[in-house]
Amino acid sequence: MTEISRELLLHVAHLARLELREDELARLEGQLNDILAAVSKVAELDLSDVPPTSHPLDIVNVWGEDEPRPCLSVEDALANAPERAGDFFKVPPGGGAT
Amino acid sequence: MSAWESVIGLEVHAHLKTRTKMFCRCALEYGAHENSDTCPVCLAHPGALPVANRRAIEFTIKLGLALGCEIADRAIFARKNYFYPDLPKGYQISQYEAPLCGPGRLVVPVDGGEEVVRIARAHLEEDAAKTVHAGGATGRSVGATASLVDFNRGGTPLLEIVTEPDLRSADEALRFLRLLRQTIVELGISDAEMEKGTLRADVNVSVRERGEEGYRSRWEIKNMNSFTFIGRAIEAAVRQQVAAHESGEAVVQSTYDYEADTDVLTVHRSKEEADDYRYFPEPDLVPIEPPAELVERLRAELPEAPGTRIRRLEPLVGFALALELVSTGNERKAELLAAAGLDWREAANVAMNRGDFLPENARALAAILQANVTREALDGAFSASAQRPISPDDYLAQAAVGDESELAPVIDAVLAANPEQVETYRGGKEGVLGFFVGQVMKETQGKADPKVVNRLIRERLAP
Repeated sequence: MTEISRELLLHVAHLARLELREDELARLEGQLNDILAAVSKVAELDLSDVPPTSHPLDIVNVWGEDEPRPCLSVEDALANAPERAGDFFKVPPGGGAT
Repeated sequence: MSAWESVIGLEVHAHLKTRTKMFCRCALEYGAHENSDTCPVCLAHPGALPVANRRAIEFTIKLGLALGCEIADRAIFARKNYFYPDLPKGYQISQYEAPLCGPGRLVVPVDGGEEVVRIARAHLEEDAAKTVHAGGATGRSVGATASLVDFNRGGTPLLEIVTEPDLRSADEALRFLRLLRQTIVELGISDAEMEKGTLRADVNVSVRERGEEGYRSRWEIKNMNSFTFIGRAIEAAVRQQVAAHESGEAVVQSTYDYEADTDVLTVHRSKEEADDYRYFPEPDLVPIEPPAELVERLRAELPEAPGTRIRRLEPLVGFALALELVSTGNERKAELLAAAGLDWREAANVAMNRGDFLPENARALAAILQANVTREALDGAFSASAQRPISPDDYLAQAAVGDESELAPVIDAVLAANPEQVETYRGGKEGVLGFFVGQVMKETQGKADPKVVNRLIRERLAP
């Protein structure tokens, strides 16, 4: 079973862009390991012939037709933008365009 | 110095030509006012739920079938997690362990052989929004004071086609890309225009010594959107890697940027850490199990592949012309003219050099081409043939002047008036011939028969 080391915890926190205090790190380290341990109980079963579950519902092929529907107005779309420049969302600079 | 070979793999991204986005029904409009095609789903408002676009799924299966891919029994969308302003959810919906299309291949015909490029997979995902960097130089992120985001593009269905590292030169990579592009366009699933950003490629390049097994560290060049620059970037990468290997320097596996001005690749401003996307199945979307009847219907709709058509035309017009006809979309014109009785090679040449015409005019055009009419009459026949049915009789009367005694004085005058060009021709530059023919056509108001003029000039200038 994988154990959440302090190093892994810090890595995951960084990926989630979370800044955590020492007491929060200690608490989360314990909680995450408890969760992993609980979930790992499933490994006690022989599941060699059970396919991995990707979705809890046993349904497939739910899709929509390719017909446009009304969108938000530009004003509504930008209503909650922390900052705007013209009709663009304005955000702090970062990274290369992808 | 040892002999090096390049090892190249491509990841090709094509915007699918659907009317709406991948997971919401916002319209896709090229060049629309910024942020005018958005909704809670593509802006990632809390609680908004994606619904997959049926047509995008069908287009992806169609591409898979055209590339001989295994179509998955069960495909699953996955979340690829990373933070970037152009990705408001904090993850991109993509396919990871279970893509729609599994291994396939594209056979690229070449003169006297073929190049087989294995396709590793093709999957469906959503494009990110468009970011403009403000305040820095020329829209670059370096030195920018802010990023401006337009979410119209965010959520566009994106087809990603991944090749195995089977390509061995920049030319091979470009031949493959061009044929793949044409295949995509002919399927009607994407405009695949690099200039518009609806076709982009990530290029993976490494080198190894000929005969060497396995692969060395590779460089990834992302988001290339010009055939010319893809070719140059591959050549630059090979050059730099070979130089590094030969001087014992390390070739570090990383993402590189190609600087067109200097023709040099530099390490992409390094991210603080390696990619760690933590893919997991997208809980908001159920799996796709393509129904057999859907797959068979799409298979039945496939047009004849461009590679097959090149091979079919090759014995008639030779490889180079066959490739040119098919890749420029002129083959139909050539077929019509050949079916109307024109020699195949001439039909091909005419198709390459003349505009479109109504199919019903093919017979009249073939008759006019076979007769000896003036260039003026031919131009007239072709321009009219695009608009309305034409009658050959209207043009056949305008016979070209092929009478040598009539043409000889004109030719002699042209040659006498241009002694410098005559010297150039005699010095071995036969291209000047076109200049002389042009002058003679001008003097005769386009009525001279160019074939006869050509022969007469050659005879006169022969040593």
